[in-house]
Amino acid sequence: MMMRLVFAAALSLVAATSRADVNIQQLTTPGGISVWLVEEHSIPFIALDLSIDGGASLDRPGKRGAANLMTATLEEGSGDMTAQEFQAAREALAASYEFNVYDDSFSVSAKFLSENLDAAVDLLRQALITPRFDQDAVDRVRQQVLANLAGDEKDPNSMAGKSFYAAAFGDHPYGSSLNGTVESVTALTRDDMIQSHRDLLVRDRVYVSVVGDISAAEVGPMVDHLLGDLPQGGPDLPQHVEFGLPGGVTVIPYDTPQSVVLFGHSGIKRDDPDFFAAYILNTILGGNNFESRLMTEVREKRGLTYGAYSYLVPKDHAEMYLGSFASANDKMAEAVQVVKDVWADVAANGVTQEELDAAKTYITGEYPLRFDSNEGIAGIMVGMQMIGLTPDYVVHRNDFINAVTLEDIKRVAAYLIKPDQLHFTVVGQPTGLESSQ
Amino acid sequence: MKRLAALALLALPLPALAEDVTTYTLDNRMEVVVIEDHRAPLVVHMVWYKAGSADEKVGQSGVAHFLEHLMFKSTDTMASGEFSKVVAANGGSDNAFTTYDYTAYFQRIAADRLPLMMQMEADRMRHLNLTQEDVDTERQVILEERNQRTENNPGALAREQFRAAQYLNHRYGVPIIGWKHEMEQLSREDALDWYKLHYSPNDAILIVAGDVQPDQVKALAEQYYGVIPAEADLPVRERPSEPPQTAPRRMTYVDPRVSQPYLTRSYLAPERDPGAQKEAAALVYLAELLGGSPFTSVLGTKLQFDTQTAVYTGAGYDGNSLDATTFNLSVAPSTGVTLSAAETAMDAAIADFMASDIDPAQMERIRTQLRASEIYAKDDLQGLAQRYGEALTQSLTVKDVEDWPQILQEVTPEEIKAVAAKVLDINGSVTGWVVASQEDAK
Repeated sequence: MMMRLVFAAALSLVAATSRADVNIQQLTTPGGISVWLVEEHSIPFIALDLSIDGGASLDRPGKRGAANLMTATLEEGSGDMTAQEFQAAREALAASYEFNVYDDSFSVSAKFLSENLDAAVDLLRQALITPRFDQDAVDRVRQQVLANLAGDEKDPNSMAGKSFYAAAFGDHPYGSSLNGTVESVTALTRDDMIQSHRDLLVRDRVYVSVVGDISAAEVGPMVDHLLGDLPQGGPDLPQHVEFGLPGGVTVIPYDTPQSVVLFGHSGIKRDDPDFFAAYILNTILGGNNFESRLMTEVREKRGLTYGAYSYLVPKDHAEMYLGSFASANDKMAEAVQVVKDVWADVAANGVTQEELDAAKTYITGEYPLRFDSNEGIAGIMVGMQMIGLTPDYVVHRNDFINAVTLEDIKRVAAYLIKPDQLHFTVVGQPTGLESSQ
Repeated sequence: MKRLAALALLALPLPALAEDVTTYTLDNRMEVVVIEDHRAPLVVHMVWYKAGSADEKVGQSGVAHFLEHLMFKSTDTMASGEFSKVVAANGGSDNAFTTYDYTAYFQRIAADRLPLMMQMEADRMRHLNLTQEDVDTERQVILEERNQRTENNPGALAREQFRAAQYLNHRYGVPIIGWKHEMEQLSREDALDWYKLHYSPNDAILIVAGDVQPDQVKALAEQYYGVIPAEADLPVRERPSEPPQTAPRRMTYVDPRVSQPYLTRSYLAPERDPGAQKEAAALVYLAELLGGSPFTSVLGTKLQFDTQTAVYTGAGYDGNSLDATTFNLSVAPSTGVTLSAAETAMDAAIADFMASDIDPAQMERIRTQLRASEIYAKDDLQGLAQRYGEALTQSLTVKDVEDWPQILQEVTPEEIKAVAAKVLDINGSVTGWVVASQEDAK
């Protein structure tokens, strides 16, 4: 009882502090590249993040896996340096560069000491602008990719994803793994690497953020030097695609003690006016916390899983509402039924005012805490640019959350939550669960 | 020019972490560490107990971790699940973790919520009140956790077997999550016995990191934790030590779910000890030299570049341990290369390393990266808190934590060679092969 009172009193405090305190400077470099900057001089290093629209969905026909192999080979030699020479130089600077490719984007996360700024940016520029793609490097990385592909063949979660996305998206790039297949990766050539590099790394699709021990005057020339020599213009981006997997169950037999499941149906666009209501709704339904409906019903009350989650996935060219969990083979059927019941209940009845209030104080209170590190802020700022937000979003974001009403949630739940359209793809040997027709 | 950059770095003093860290001890002997970082209005509040799975009673493996789960259930004044609910409703997130040597609870929340967090954490240090139903349901949850982490993961099952072989006598050979057959038998009484024995202020470390003032934290700590009486009969942490190992141990784990054959080698190795961290520091370098970077390390160069023997090589050492830890090597052979050929190549590379001088340029690159990691570490509040929590629950002192970066900077090639000669002894090793079928075990 005592705690309930403390809880109620604390609520009023949340509103007073829940505003992100971060000073974002929006710059345009002399070369015309837009950059978001947060100066933070208390630690002598700089975090730089960039993302380029396009990503692995730009793989050319028959070349699935090219973007992935190209990205993994960027750190394997450039300019006049072999792979080992490049890495020795990077290690001597204690800089780190992470290159990643996703369905819709290529990204770099870098960090380096401010005293090594020039040398660290030179070296990163070399990897981005003049990669060598030496045949021995391509072949070495190819072997690593093939080993990963072999792993995916025996990993229940990868198996579930492969089946689910193929059925949902067919021939669209979203319908296959960006890692490619054994056949496609084996056939990739050095020329394919050069083509993929030309297709993905383009200047007019880039978003940049910089956080740390650097001034606004230094950032412009630094970013121009880093990216100014990238070419303009890439291939057309893929078309929008509808989520094409109807409701039902797919069981993929696999001899392992615990079944895993990926489930979902179509979702909602990130720029939809109802997105904030959908976001709150998902936090209540299956967000990353112990209080969600899924965690309460599947884990806390019944002990059927270690964790059950759902997530909105607004990609650039499709929208999904997905969820996942794992349960012992003899419990998966019951857990699937519990999830269906939760889905049906929320679709029909929405959520309670108490749930909405608790979710709002969680979401608005948690938001400013995200801005707690240079690396974290750099990542957030690139993400904001990619979805078309402006810097003042960080000031107003909690107002958008607080404006959502119980009626909004009920209205959105009625069309977003579709119990009959949920498809469950299960890998394992689940007792009493069979593929639907 | 690159060498100059590295040398210039060395000339600079290490960043003084100590200036942001304040420590004191409450009257009931609860230790407190405050780490200031005022960049965001955030606090990380952690309580670490000096009790982990290696302190468990024989036959009750997993009870430390089981209790960790049950600590989120009811107390005399809070309902089951209410703890996390209150944290979330205040915009925070919370969790906990258990290892061989400690169990820790934390919340990440707006700095002005610190008093509430302390009030609730102090409450569950004393007033846990478990129902049989919560215990029975949560046992199913930890069994599903074991399914997810271990039973569904051939690599984890293999590690469990190899580790059991490495530690014949010490409880580090028993998995933290527990053996499945013992987890199934864990009772409410087992959990509460563990709780009563270990959960007291003089067996705990409080760590508060973030946008706080040390004197404010001290006043709150005294108010919420200082009033809890110290446990008079705190158990002494007496753990069995390993007998001398006099023969290499080898095993092959076969599981059709394995996609890529690989081998691991572990050696029993010294850990960081109070006032004696030099061997551990040398082992950090040894791991980096042998298998840190796939591009510049000994195994990477010889097995992945000079020859195409392996698709993956690595070496690892973690000196954060109360008792003897391990030094680890791993190699995944390329297609067409047998495990025995890969193991022979690994041993030859190490023999060659022992017979040659250590490359001074590689030595400097590692030194530079360790120094830079101290700067990058300041960007990670929870990581800093973790350093102190681990150290203080594993018998180190605050001074040991603060001395460690400089000790790392002063490691010499001679010290590395000496510790390598001592640790890399095949008679003290476990070699494990992980394969999909007996046919691959050649």
